[in-house]
Amino acid sequence: MARIRTTVDGLVYEDDVEPRMLLVQYLRERLGKTGTVIGCDTSNCGACTVHLDGLSVKSCSVLAVQANGSEVLTVEGLERDGQLHPVQQAFHDNHALQCGYCTPGMIMQSIDLLGDNPDPTEQEVREGIEGNLCRCTGYQNIVRAVQDAAQKMKPGASASQPATSSVAGGGA
Amino acid sequence: MIPASFDYVRPTSVAEAVQALADGGDDAKILAGGQSFIPVLRLRMGDPSLVVDLGGIAELRGVREEGDKIVVGAMTTHHDVTRDDLLNQHVKLISEATKTVADFQVRHRGTLGGALAHADPAGDLAAPTLALDAEFVIAGPDGERTVASADFFEDYFTTAIGPQEILTAIRFPKYTGWGARYEKFNRVAQAWSIVAVAATVKVEGGTITDARIGLTNMAGTPVRARGVESALVGQTMSEETVRAAAQAAAEGTSPTSDADAGSDYREHLAKVLTGRAVLAAAG
Ligand SMILES: Cc1cc2nc3c(=O)[nH]c(=O)nc-3n(C[C@H](O)[C@H](O)[C@H](O)COP(=O)(O)OP(=O)(O)OC[C@H]3O[C@@H](n4cnc5c(N)ncnc54)[C@H](O)[C@@H]3O)c2cc1C
Ligand code: FES
Ligand code: FES
Repeated sequence: MARIRTTVDGLVYEDDVEPRMLLVQYLRERLGKTGTVIGCDTSNCGACTVHLDGLSVKSCSVLAVQANGSEVLTVEGLERDGQLHPVQQAFHDNHALQCGYCTPGMIMQSIDLLGDNPDPTEQEVREGIEGNLCRCTGYQNIVRAVQDAAQKMKPGASASQPATSSVAGGGA
Repeated sequence: MIPASFDYVRPTSVAEAVQALADGGDDAKILAGGQSFIPVLRLRMGDPSLVVDLGGIAELRGVREEGDKIVVGAMTTHHDVTRDDLLNQHVKLISEATKTVADFQVRHRGTLGGALAHADPAGDLAAPTLALDAEFVIAGPDGERTVASADFFEDYFTTAIGPQEILTAIRFPKYTGWGARYEKFNRVAQAWSIVAVAATVKVEGGTITDARIGLTNMAGTPVRARGVESALVGQTMSEETVRAAAQAAAEGTSPTSDADAGSDYREHLAKVLTGRAVLAAAG
């Protein structure tokens, strides 16, 4: 057993874990954060994507012990005061999901991409979510949603509607 | 699947890591970015008794200039390699090749040292290091040694790193002002190279004065396309010259046949991609 201390979605956790425990297992089985899902055994699908110290990672390919001392952000930590994150809202508005299994990972990777490139072209979005597989949508509406979110998150995109208020009514 | 049980240590210096490997015996294994190793553990294709995590060793991370060399710590991530100014300026070929590796998430964790130690014949970073005459710095119980890239890659998934040794850094000569291109052929996004060509050339006043070309997945190890290099050097740069020289690209290779491509198709790809890579590098 190894003792780890991590900050997950803003809260500090301390736990004893077996070294072989994957970060995704820790999140789901210890912390009950089942929003992050497992879609494959080969590190290909990206469904398990979370942010580790500000960078997107596949949480099935990181050991929980490697996250000791780090900050983790999952899809469950995105909402603010009952309002969806603009990327979550854009997925909702643009019908960017069907079964929804890839969605948590897609959203986390899209947020990472937009942090790096706030106004990506269609091609840049496609390359940015290269590590995330979707078996349902054909990606078209996912790409649309990411570009929609980029517009809404732009500072001054609509002077009367700053990024945070553009998500008003989130979850409706 | 969940990996089988193992013990875990996270040393904070190379000396401690070497000691941990020695104490751990034959079944001790190194963990770098984990992007090849953790999938192997999950599929239970590996069953180490002890995992030595290099993630806590600050001296293994980062890029620095040492005289006429650029030195990259083995634990420098693919992500950091693609963004490094020194590499972009002096060793552009490695930056270009690294941009094509896997996807953002994998590049955030995977490391240059891990990819080279793994030595997958379809991996994208071995051919550039061979073409660039990089040197590999390896630490072990008997101290530090340096291995030339021509001697580092021994076979499929096999390198000159001994069982109790750690790759600590990769040293590149400077290729300031050289053009570079990594031309990768694969079927879908996020897939490994079926064949790829790493080319870097120096063009002065319209003449190709130097050229270095490495091939990915044309044998169990990366291969240097020396026939193409010598056909290019001294020639006036033109599309015709480059395409003619590229015909020598498959010489001395021994490509495999698999579900992606037969060996004859790989030879064809090597020639076509070499032409493209050199033209783009010179352009
Ligand atoms: C979905 C996916 C797609 C990928 N696509 C590509 C691709 O297109 N091109 C490509 O080139 N690669 C690809 N990769 C592999 C990626 O480049 C890995 O990062 C790399 O192969 C391993 O680096 P790592 O730091 O993660 O090493 P690890 O996985 O931690 O280690 C790999 C092996 O090397 C050994 N090792 C690691 N570091 C050292 C060291 N310093 N000294 C001695 N031994 C060491 C380990 O013991 C282990 O056996 C892909 C991986 C995934 C998951
Ligand atoms: S579960 Fe598929 S990449 Fe992590
Ligand atoms: S919506 Fe079903 S996998 Fe993407």
